Amino acid sequence: MVDVSKGSAPGGPGVNLTKGQAISLEKKGGGTLTAVRMGLGWQAAPRRGLFGSRTREVDLDASAVLFADKQPVDVVFFRHLVSDDGSVKHTGDNLVGGAGQGGDDEAILVDLQRVPVHIDQIVFTVNSFTGQTFQEVQNAFCRIVDETNGEEMARYTLDGGGQYTAQIMAKVHRAGAGWQMTAIGTPANGRTFQDLMPSILPHL
Amino acid sequence: MTAELVRGQNHPLPQARLEIRVSAGKPVVAGATLGDEQGTVRGTEWVAHPGSPNLPGLEVSKQAAADHRLAVDLEALPETVHRVNVLLALPLGVGGPARFGAVAAPFVSVTGLDGSEVVNYTVTGLDTESAVVALELYRRQGKWKVRAVGQGYAGGLAEMLGDQGLAQARELAAAIQDAVSSGMARSVAPPPPRGPGDDRVRRTTSHATNGGRETPPDATPPPAAAPAPVPPVPTAAGGPQSGAPQTTQGPQSTQGGPIDYAHPRRRNTAPPPPPPAAPPTPPGQYPQPVAGDASGWSMEERLYNQVWGMFEDLARTVAAYRSAVDFAESRMDQELDKALSDPRSRIGTAGDTARATARAKHDKLVGQARDVLERDLAQLAAETDVVEPALPPAFASWDNPVWHGYRVPMEIPMALRVGDLHLPERPDLRIPMLVRLPLERGLWIDSGRSGSETALLMESDQLRRAAMETAAAHAARLLAVYPAGEFTVHVIDPAGTGAPALAPLTEAGVLDAPPAAGAQGVAAVLAKLTQRVELVQMAVRGGVTDSLPPDLDTAEQLLIVNDFPHGFDDRAVTQLRYLADEGPAVGVHLMMVADREDASAYGPVLDPLWRALLRVTPVPDDHLIDPWVGHTWTYEPLLPPPGSQVVRQVLAQVATARRSLPR
Repeated sequence: MVDVSKGSAPGGPGVNLTKGQAISLEKKGGGTLTAVRMGLGWQAAPRRGLFGSRTREVDLDASAVLFADKQPVDVVFFRHLVSDDGSVKHTGDNLVGGAGQGGDDEAILVDLQRVPVHIDQIVFTVNSFTGQTFQEVQNAFCRIVDETNGEEMARYTLDGGGQYTAQIMAKVHRAGAGWQMTAIGTPANGRTFQDLMPSILPHL
Repeated sequence: MTAELVRGQNHPLPQARLEIRVSAGKPVVAGATLGDEQGTVRGTEWVAHPGSPNLPGLEVSKQAAADHRLAVDLEALPETVHRVNVLLALPLGVGGPARFGAVAAPFVSVTGLDGSEVVNYTVTGLDTESAVVALELYRRQGKWKVRAVGQGYAGGLAEMLGDQGLAQARELAAAIQDAVSSGMARSVAPPPPRGPGDDRVRRTTSHATNGGRETPPDATPPPAAAPAPVPPVPTAAGGPQSGAPQTTQGPQSTQGGPIDYAHPRRRNTAPPPPPPAAPPTPPGQYPQPVAGDASGWSMEERLYNQVWGMFEDLARTVAAYRSAVDFAESRMDQELDKALSDPRSRIGTAGDTARATARAKHDKLVGQARDVLERDLAQLAAETDVVEPALPPAFASWDNPVWHGYRVPMEIPMALRVGDLHLPERPDLRIPMLVRLPLERGLWIDSGRSGSETALLMESDQLRRAAMETAAAHAARLLAVYPAGEFTVHVIDPAGTGAPALAPLTEAGVLDAPPAAGAQGVAAVLAKLTQRVELVQMAVRGGVTDSLPPDLDTAEQLLIVNDFPHGFDDRAVTQLRYLADEGPAVGVHLMMVADREDASAYGPVLDPLWRALLRVTPVPDDHLIDPWVGHTWTYEPLLPPPGSQVVRQVLAQVATARRSLPR
């Protein structure tokens, strides 16, 4: 089972999420949430021995699937970096990971105000493209951040998470005039988001 | 669970309606052929390709793309069809890779309509092949199955189609490539990358520009004053003033002073002036648009990026609206179908209620989408209102007052406006179409009537005249935005029919030679330009650019060709093709004013020529495609307002400046 632990972002403590728990993304000050970022970070595989180039690199990929009435309408992933309407943007594919010290190696930015009116749910997923399970990856995490103030709203620690290569992480969905976030945290297996479709559908 | 197929492996298909998704990293052509029991493709009507994308039960993309979705309905295929081959091919003659070995292994997957994947297959092991049969769907004892094939063909589509028994393989392969490349020629070149880590190539030019007169001296008035644009007449005085903060860092200031250790050409140490700041936004409202509100090292670059930003925003806003409306309609159709097929709804009012509910849901969603669209369009319209008056001449329309204060520039601007673009949702919201200078490709001003509805309504002569007038306006604009003597225009007008339209150019005296007439004139101009391209190419390749003959004209060259192929023999056509291929790299550009039909006798040998040029039209025409979402945009040429003397006045200044050049 994927560990859902408390985050420690500079903007303030993250929300301690348990699986399936919904939190409203409305801000405490009264304004609604306007932009969120899904961040994904992991530590590059260590160099091994004399032939460092033979290191098995770890490539995790973040994807966002846009749904209208439970039908997938658009996907933002490393081969389609911006949704057609421009509201969801991927910062680009990172193939090897980073220092593993908390910075995002891949991020997906969602401008919630610009999401087309028929899109009512956006599901965030993480996949291991190179096939390592989360048990083999070091210092891997994914998180949801309020882009306007940098506050971390949810964080999942992925490493040590068992024999899985993917996770359905969370979804943001319309609620009234604003948006809510629901943590999902379901482990799955697959190389790209396409493999995860059957695992995503029950969460819509 | 998804089956990952290896080459040769097969898998049953659970449903008849499928989507085949292709991801290739680079643009590829995707198509499909139908085969009978023996696997023979019986005729060209059994091939779905970009030139003919729809067959019963089969739909493929109309253009080459890195990602494709092909729709297949196996039940809708004719009874005689027993196989469907899904093929991929590299588009040829457009400057992309010519072998699959040079691109990432294509990934294909077969999915249900809900996106659930049935099988996928990565086509690996390709090398010199330029076409490949990726998958085969086939009937086996009444059931459909899929097999991973991965058979590549070094001989390309022609060899593949021939292998499948198609008699007209060669002709069809050529037709497919032609359809693809004409689709590509229609696309607007993508803008330079934007966003964080701006690594601007124009740094040197834009810096130099700061001190010159190209940049309107902080021409961005506060938004309140924006509707009354300050005509940039005092630019000569204002330019250096506003440029002063940068020039103090320049090498001139070191004369007689202490040694400046700064690299003379590395000038990015001086930070660019800050962009104009938008006033604070009242809560709950959108910020007031400000001209120059984009990143860049100069006002010119900021405006350029802002215009491209508006172009992208309009494309995406309309994409959001269209996708919402499409969704609303397809959902309503489904719900209406359901209401119709439900036996309970046939009696009583339940059916009526269901239909009314479906329609109400549709109307509500479309209404919401419309509101969002209106909000965004209003914002973009407000931005246009402040940006247009702030544009420098090269970016401005002919009716912009900036042209009345025109002075011959000292520096080449970074881009040129060649027209306006708009979408049917809001025809009066026009985005300037800016192309980079120096030109990366020539222009083809289409004088043919086949292209657009407006053109069809016009007399052929009238249209040809309009095309030539458009060409003259483009040439005048190019002459005006280049520094004196750095842009030379040649004209080939074999029968002299372009003379009235060319009058502004000839009368102002901005041409080095009168328009060339007759076969001899054509030959002379082409020989001169061909020789120039050869000389410069040799010099560049040999690294001896300083040993070019001193009388060589180092200016950029534009050759306007009217009435093509009238007056052209085979040799002249060959030279023209050579100029189209090799010219742009050494500053020689073509502007063809032509109807492609007139040259149809030459057959496909001229296809690369048309393909190499950016097609624009003398009348509004929807033929350009944006690089983000692929909308079809209506292009409108830039013409001076009727009766306006602005072009003549501008050209008179250009001519004066050219005459005063040391020869």
